[in-house]
Amino acid sequence: MTSLIRVQTDALEPWQEIAKFQTDNFNGHTDFGATATFVGTMRDLNEGDEVFEMTLEHYPAMTEKKLAEIVVEAESKWPLLHTLLMHRVGIIKPADPIVLVAVWSAHRAAAFDACRFLMEALKHQAPFWKKESLVSGQSRWVAKNTSGTS
Amino acid sequence: MQTIKVLYFASLRELIGTSETSIEATGPVGAAAVWKAVNPSVELPDSSLVAINQSYASLDSMVQPGDEVAFFPPVTGG
Repeated sequence: MTSLIRVQTDALEPWQEIAKFQTDNFNGHTDFGATATFVGTMRDLNEGDEVFEMTLEHYPAMTEKKLAEIVVEAESKWPLLHTLLMHRVGIIKPADPIVLVAVWSAHRAAAFDACRFLMEALKHQAPFWKKESLVSGQSRWVAKNTSGTS
Repeated sequence: MQTIKVLYFASLRELIGTSETSIEATGPVGAAAVWKAVNPSVELPDSSLVAINQSYASLDSMVQPGDEVAFFPPVTGG
């Protein structure tokens, strides 16, 4: 079982990261039958306003601890083979990937469910905050996340 | 004398105008009392969250000398 968690200011290239993670960690393993991935991307519209860019801030020591905890929790709930969790911080532009969750398992149920669990746990628990700069010139903190179930 | 490190993030950092401060402590003190001690004239916004040593806590939780306590708004990552 391998897990990789990374928070980075550099651009996130989710598909390249998935390919690299497999190359680096799978060592010819053929035991996985399911890969589930989620990529969260910055939208250019929020609450009816055009967003020019976003600044993502975090609490580094707690982010690291919290992300490690939720990966351990997912691994205890589902038979996961590998987990990859990556998150951007810093200045982000529309269409930039913000977050990547990828899980590998023998079967799809565990992969789907664990991927969703990780994403929701990250959204609700990991200490990241978004500040939007609007096209109008104003800036504002995003007050809360949208629901993951509707 | 040991200190308690106090951190602020996002809108609370902007409200207070700094990201970090500290207070001296001789014994355990509640998280709400830490806020009051360092920000006597600023009410902690209602939806604020508290973490002690990088784990979620409540305003009633006790902070020990040497601990790190953080105050921040609801998280909005992902």
